[in-house]
Amino acid sequence: MRSWMITLILLLGLLPIAQAETAEEKGLSIIVESDNRDKGWQDSSADMLMTLRNKKGRESIREIRVKNLEVEGDGDKGLTVFDRPRDVKGTAFLTYSHALVPDEQWIFLPALKRVKRISSSNKSGPFMGSEFAYEDISSFEVEKYSYVYLRDEVLDGEDCFVLETRPLYKHSGYTKSTVWIDKAEYRIQKIDFYDRKDSLLKIQRFSDYQQYLGRYWRAHTMVMENQQNGKSTTLKWSNYTFQAGLTDKDFEKNDLKRQR
Amino acid sequence: MLRNVCHSVLDTESNGYDYNNSRWIPACARMTRNSVLIIGLVLSLFVSTSNVLASEWTGYSAAEYRYFQHQSLNSDPEQHDLSFVLAPEFYHEWDEGRQSLIIAPFLRIDSEDAERTHADLREARWLLSEDDWELQLGVGKVYWGVTESQHLVDVINQTDLVENSDTEDKLGQPMINLSLFQDWGTVDLFVLPYFRERTFAGKEGRLRSQLVVDTDKAHYESGAKQHHVDLAIRWSHSIGDWDMALSHFYGTNREPVLQINQTFTALNPYYEIMNQTGFELQNTTEAWLWKLEAIRRETSSETFTALTGGFEYTFYGVFDSDLDVGLIGEYLFDDRNDELATPFEDDVMIGTRITWNDEQSSELLLGVIQDLDSSDAAWNIEASRRLGNHWKASLEGRFFSVDETQSALYQIRADDYIQLEFARYF
Repeated sequence: MRSWMITLILLLGLLPIAQAETAEEKGLSIIVESDNRDKGWQDSSADMLMTLRNKKGRESIREIRVKNLEVEGDGDKGLTVFDRPRDVKGTAFLTYSHALVPDEQWIFLPALKRVKRISSSNKSGPFMGSEFAYEDISSFEVEKYSYVYLRDEVLDGEDCFVLETRPLYKHSGYTKSTVWIDKAEYRIQKIDFYDRKDSLLKIQRFSDYQQYLGRYWRAHTMVMENQQNGKSTTLKWSNYTFQAGLTDKDFEKNDLKRQR
Repeated sequence: MLRNVCHSVLDTESNGYDYNNSRWIPACARMTRNSVLIIGLVLSLFVSTSNVLASEWTGYSAAEYRYFQHQSLNSDPEQHDLSFVLAPEFYHEWDEGRQSLIIAPFLRIDSEDAERTHADLREARWLLSEDDWELQLGVGKVYWGVTESQHLVDVINQTDLVENSDTEDKLGQPMINLSLFQDWGTVDLFVLPYFRERTFAGKEGRLRSQLVVDTDKAHYESGAKQHHVDLAIRWSHSIGDWDMALSHFYGTNREPVLQINQTFTALNPYYEIMNQTGFELQNTTEAWLWKLEAIRRETSSETFTALTGGFEYTFYGVFDSDLDVGLIGEYLFDDRNDELATPFEDDVMIGTRITWNDEQSSELLLGVIQDLDSSDAAWNIEASRRLGNHWKASLEGRFFSVDETQSALYQIRADDYIQLEFARYF
C-alpha cells in the first residue's frame, strides 16, 4: 500500500516534467522535423541569377550554376560555376561541407587553368560582393546551430514558429538569427541576422516556393536586405532538377576544370 | 574557322619580322589536320544525335599601355608601349556534356616590339570525359603547382615570355592527355608530340638582355628538334587537409640555354633534353596555407635541385570590414647557387594580397622578392577592379633594384614599368 502510494506520488511528480518541453527542445524538434522533410533528394542542380542593388539603386548581375550532392551523415557537396560577370566566367568552386569541422574547398581559375585549394575560414565575408555571406549560402546542417523556440506568429498570413538560432561553428559573423518557419510545410520564410555587436544586420525573405518530386520545397526568390548599409541582393532560382544520378565522381577536383 | 586562325597566325608573324614563319607552317598544318578530324567528328555526332547542343563564343579584348620609368640601356626601345589583345574562345559541348570542343586563339599587336606582336592558338582541343577517365586531344593548357612567387614544377606549356615577365602566360601545347581517376588519386599521362619555343623580346622591346635572343637560330640537343616526343606523368591526390602531387617529365627543356653567337651579336637559344621530377604539397588548416614545390632537373649540362616553400595566412574581415588581408611568405632556393642561371637561388618573397570583396571584385597584390646574398630585389604590384558588368581595369608594376652584375636580372635593371590595361569581356 505504502509503496503504491510512493509510486503514484512519483508518477504524478514526473508527469509534468515529461510533458513540458523546454524551449530548447521545442526549437530543436522543429528544426529536426524541417530537416527530415528535406532528406532523400540525392542530388540537385539549378541556375541562380543574383542581382546586387546598391543604395542608389544601381544594379549588377551575377549568373551562377549550382550542383549539390546530398551526403548522409555529413555536409553536402557543392559545385558552383560562374557565367557572369564575364571576367570571372568559368571560375568554379568545389565545396565539401561539414557541420563543425572546416569545409574543404577548391577554386578553379580559368585564366591560368589553376586549381587551388583555399581556406574555408571565410564564413562571414560577402559572396561575390553581394549581401549574402558565405555562411548564408552554405549547406544547412542541424549541428551547426543551437536552437530556442521563441513563439508562434502569423507572418504574411502563414502560421509560423519563431526560433532563435546561434551558430556553433567558428568564424561566424553573427551572434544570433531569428528564423520564421511555417507550420504547414516547415519551410523557412524569413531570417533576421544579428551582427557581432548584436544589432540587426540583415533580413532575408524566402518566397515563390515550389515543390519537387512531390516532397521537396525550394524557394525561387530570396531577398537579402542589409539594414545597415541600405544594399540588397536578390537571388532568383530556376531550372531545378533533382535525382539526375549525380555521384561523388561529379564532385571531385578534376571536375572543376571542365565546368562551363 | 581554324584555317583562318592559322592564316592569321602566319599573317601576323610575317607582318612582323618574318620571324619563325617557316616554323609556324608545320605547327599550323598539324593543328589543321587535327582540327579537320575533330570538326568531322563533331559534325558526325551533330547529325547522329538529337541532343541539345550548347555552343558559345566568349573572350575578351584589351588595350594595354606600359610606361617604362627609365630610358632603355639599349638604344632602340622606347619608354612608351601601347598594345592590343584579342582573345576569343569558342566552346561547344554535346553528348550530354561528355564531349566538348574549345578553340581559343590569341592575338597581340604591339606598337613597339615586333616580337611581342604575335598570335597563338592557346587552346584547340577535344575532350571526352567518362566517369573514371578523361581524354584530351589537341592544343591545350595545363597548370601544375601550388606556390605564388615562382612556378617550378609547371613544365607542360612553354612560357610566352613576351606577354609578361612573370612567366604566367603560356603558349598552347599540342598534346594527348589521358587522365585516370582512382580512389588513390588521379594519374595524368601526357604525350607531347610538338615543342613550342619560348618567345623573347625583340630589338625594339624592353625587358630583354643587351644582346637580343635570335629565336630564328634555335637549335636542339635532340635530332628530332621540335618533333621530339615529350612524355610526362603526374599523380595527384587530396587527403583531408593535404593536397599533393608527384610528377615526372622527360623531353625538351622549356628553358633554353642562351649561347652567344659566333659574331657576338645575338643570343641563340639551345634546347636540351631534360628529366625533371617534381613534387607539390599543400596543407590547408583554417586560414593557413602551407606550400612546397620542389624539382630535380637533369640535363646533359647540369643537374640541380630547386624548391619554393612557404605560407599564406589570411585575416578575414579585418577591423569588422569586408576586407581580407593575406600575408604571403616564401623561400626560394636553387642549389646551383648561380645568379645567372636563376636569380632566385637564395631569396625570400614577402607579399600581401588584399581583397575588398566589393561589387567590383577589387584586388591588390603587392610583393617583393629579396635576394639574401645581396641587396638585389624585385618589386611587384598587381591590382584590378571590374567596371560595370563587362569591363575590367588592371594595374601592374614591376620594379627592379639590381646591383649584382652577375645576376640574370642585371640586364633588365632599368626596365621598371607601370602598366594599365582596360579589358572588355564578351
